[in-house]
Amino acid sequence: MPDFALLRTTTFRVALLYLGLFLASVLVILVLIYWFTAGFIERQTDETIAAEIAGLREQYRQRRLPGLIEVVKARSAVPRTSTLYLVATPTFTPLAGNLSDWPDARPDPDGWIEFEIADAPEEPDGGSHEARAVVFTLPGGYHLLVGRDTMERRHFQERVLISLAWALLLTVGLGAAGGVLISRNVMHRIDAINRTTRQIMSGALQERMAVANTGDELDQLAGNLNAMLDQIEHLMVGMRQVTDSVAHDLRTPLTRLRSRLEITLVEAGTEDEYRAAIQEAISEADRLLGIFSALLSIAEAEAGTMQRSFQKVSLSDLARLMADLYEPAAEEAGLGFVGDIEAEPIVLGNQQLLAQAIANLLDNALKYTPSEGCVTLAVKGPAGARGACISVADTGPGIPAAQRESVLRRFVRLEASRSSPGNGLGLSLVDAVARLHGARLEMDDNDPGLVVSLVFPRMGPE
Amino acid sequence: MSGGMGGRAGGGGAGDADPDGGFGDGHPREGSGERPFFGYDGAMKILVIEDDAQAAAYLVKGLKESGHVVDHAADGKDGLFMAGSENYDVLVVDRMLPGRDGLAVVEILRGAGTETPVLFLSALGSVDDRVRGLRAGGDDYLTKPYAFSELLARVEALGRRKSAAAVTTTRLHVGELEMDLLARKVKRAGKQIDLLPREFRLLEYLMRHEGNVVTRTMLLENVWDYHFDPQTNVIDVHVARLRQKIDREFPTPMIHTVRGAGYCLRA
Repeated sequence: MPDFALLRTTTFRVALLYLGLFLASVLVILVLIYWFTAGFIERQTDETIAAEIAGLREQYRQRRLPGLIEVVKARSAVPRTSTLYLVATPTFTPLAGNLSDWPDARPDPDGWIEFEIADAPEEPDGGSHEARAVVFTLPGGYHLLVGRDTMERRHFQERVLISLAWALLLTVGLGAAGGVLISRNVMHRIDAINRTTRQIMSGALQERMAVANTGDELDQLAGNLNAMLDQIEHLMVGMRQVTDSVAHDLRTPLTRLRSRLEITLVEAGTEDEYRAAIQEAISEADRLLGIFSALLSIAEAEAGTMQRSFQKVSLSDLARLMADLYEPAAEEAGLGFVGDIEAEPIVLGNQQLLAQAIANLLDNALKYTPSEGCVTLAVKGPAGARGACISVADTGPGIPAAQRESVLRRFVRLEASRSSPGNGLGLSLVDAVARLHGARLEMDDNDPGLVVSLVFPRMGPE
Repeated sequence: MSGGMGGRAGGGGAGDADPDGGFGDGHPREGSGERPFFGYDGAMKILVIEDDAQAAAYLVKGLKESGHVVDHAADGKDGLFMAGSENYDVLVVDRMLPGRDGLAVVEILRGAGTETPVLFLSALGSVDDRVRGLRAGGDDYLTKPYAFSELLARVEALGRRKSAAAVTTTRLHVGELEMDLLARKVKRAGKQIDLLPREFRLLEYLMRHEGNVVTRTMLLENVWDYHFDPQTNVIDVHVARLRQKIDREFPTPMIHTVRGAGYCLRA
C-alpha cells in the first residue's frame, strides 16, 4: 500500500480532525498557563513597586525629604537589589538612589514609565536592562522614582514561552504520529476485511472475516458481514434444494408430457385420438404452470420486498370473505363450515397474499376432511403475549407431530396424500406468507384433525 | 390491494388450471350449439404489441380465428404509432418491449387522451408489478404464461366494456332475466328469484358480460377481488348454486359452461 493512500483514508482524516481539535485545546491551555505564570510575575512587579512606594510615603510623611533621601540611600545600598530608586532635584539632578540619571521617558497618566538603564552592567547575552517605574513630583519640585529592573521577568517570560512552544511542537508531533498509527492500525483491519471480501467474491465462499473479539465497531462489522454471508449461504442452500426439487418435480411431468406426445405421433391414427392426446398434454401443461406460479408466489413472499406496500388488513373481514367463498364448496363436499369470528383484529399486511394463504389452508381442509366432517375458520383477537390469530381447523386425518416441520418444505407431500391432486407447495406458500408478515405458523392437533394458525405479532398502539 | 383496483384488476391467469384448456375452433363444447365457440358476436379491432414473433403469431392467429381483426406491432415505437393513428377496440400490450417498454407506451397513449382499453401481458407477475401496470393506465393484467381462452375472454370483456361504459343503468336485461340494481331484485319471466348478496353480484357480473365467456379467475377477481387460483372448485360451486336458482324451473338454461374456459350467460 503506497503511503499517499493513507491521506485518502477516512481514518486518517478523522485522525487529522482530531489532531486539529486537540491542538486547539492544548493552545488554549498553554495560553492560560502563560497568563497565570508570566502574567503573575508582571503583576507581582507592580505590586512590589506599590509596596515600596507605600513604605517611602510613610517615611516622607514622618521625616520629610531628608528622611526620604536617607531611606533611599540605605535601600539602594543593598547589593544586587533589582528595585530602582532615584530622588532628584526640580532640575532632575540626582540626589540619592541607584540610578545615575533621571530617565528620559514621558510618564503615562498613572505616572508609569518604562526605560532602559543606561549604566547597567553588561549582560552576557548583550541584552540591555529594561525597567518599569512610577514617578512622583514631591512638594518643592523634587522628583521621586521607584521602579524595578524587569530583565529577569522578561527572561522568565521568554523561558516560559520557549517551553510552551516546545510543548506545542511535541503535541503536534506526537498527535500526528498517533493519528498515523491509529489510522494505519484501523486501515490494516479494514484491508483484511477487503481482502477477505475479494476472496469470497472470487469464489472462496466458505471464507469468513476474522473477528478479533474486541467488540468494537470493526468487530461488529466483521461479525455482521459473517452473519450476512451465513444467511446468503443458507439461502443458496435453500435455492439449490429448490432447484433440485424443481428439476425433479418439473422434469418428471415434462418427460411424461413429451413421451406421451411422442407416442401419440407414432401410434395415433384417428383425429379423436389426436384430440384426446392434445387434451391430456394441455392439462399436463396446466399442472406445470400451476406449480410454476405457486413457486413464483413463494419466491415473491420470501423476497420480502412487499413489506413496503403493506396496508392495514382486517382479519375478520378477510375471514368473512373467505368463508363466503368457501362455504358452498364445503357444503358440496358434505362438510360443515363454521365461521368463528371472535374479534376484529387489524394487522399490517398484503390482503392478496393473506387471502391466498387462507385459501390454501381451506383447500387443504376441504381436500383431506372426509364427508360429515367440519371445517372451522376462526379469528381471535390478541390475548396476553399472543397476537391476533386466524386459523383453519378440520376434522381430517391431521398431520403427525413429527412431520409438521417437513410438510412446510417445498414439494413435500405426506405418503397418505400422494394419490390426491396437489403439488406440495400449498403449505410452503402459507409458511412464506406467514414469515413475510412476521407471523408464526402453528400446527396443532384438533382431536381429530388439524388446526393451522397464523399468529401475528402484536401491533404497537396506533 | 383491495378497494382501489376492485373490479378492473386482472391477472393470475398463469395457473388457470382448467383441465381442458382449449384454443379455438370446433373444440368440444357443452350447452347450445350454433354460436361461435367463444361467445362474443361482434368482431373487434385489436392491436397486439408484442416483440416475441412466435408469441405474437400465436396471439394473432388465435384472435383472428375467434373472429376479430388483428394488427401486430413488434416494438413500442410502431405500436405507439399504430395505436395513435387507428381506432382500435382493445390493445394487447406486452409489458417488456425493446426500445420503449409497454408501460411507457400506455402512459403516452393515456397522456394523449386515448381511452382504448389495454390488456397488459407480462412475465412479471408479482402483486406490485400488477399494481404498476394498472396505475400506468392498463385496464387488465395477465401474467405469462396464460391460457389462450383466458386471454380471449379478457380481451372480449374489455372490448365489451368500452361499448357499455357510457351507459349507467339501474336495470339489466338479458332475455327474460331482469335485474333491478337499486332494489337488488332479480326476476326471470316475471317470477321473482331470491339471491344471496354474493350470488347477486355474481349474476350481475355475468349479465354485464352477456354473451361473453367469463373465466373462473375473472369471476374471482371481479366478484371477490382476489387474484389467485383456488385449487378446489369453489367458483364452480358458486356458479352451480346460482344456476340452480336461475335455470332450474325453466325449460331453457341461461348459464352455460364453456369447457376449458369458463361460463357464459346467454338468453
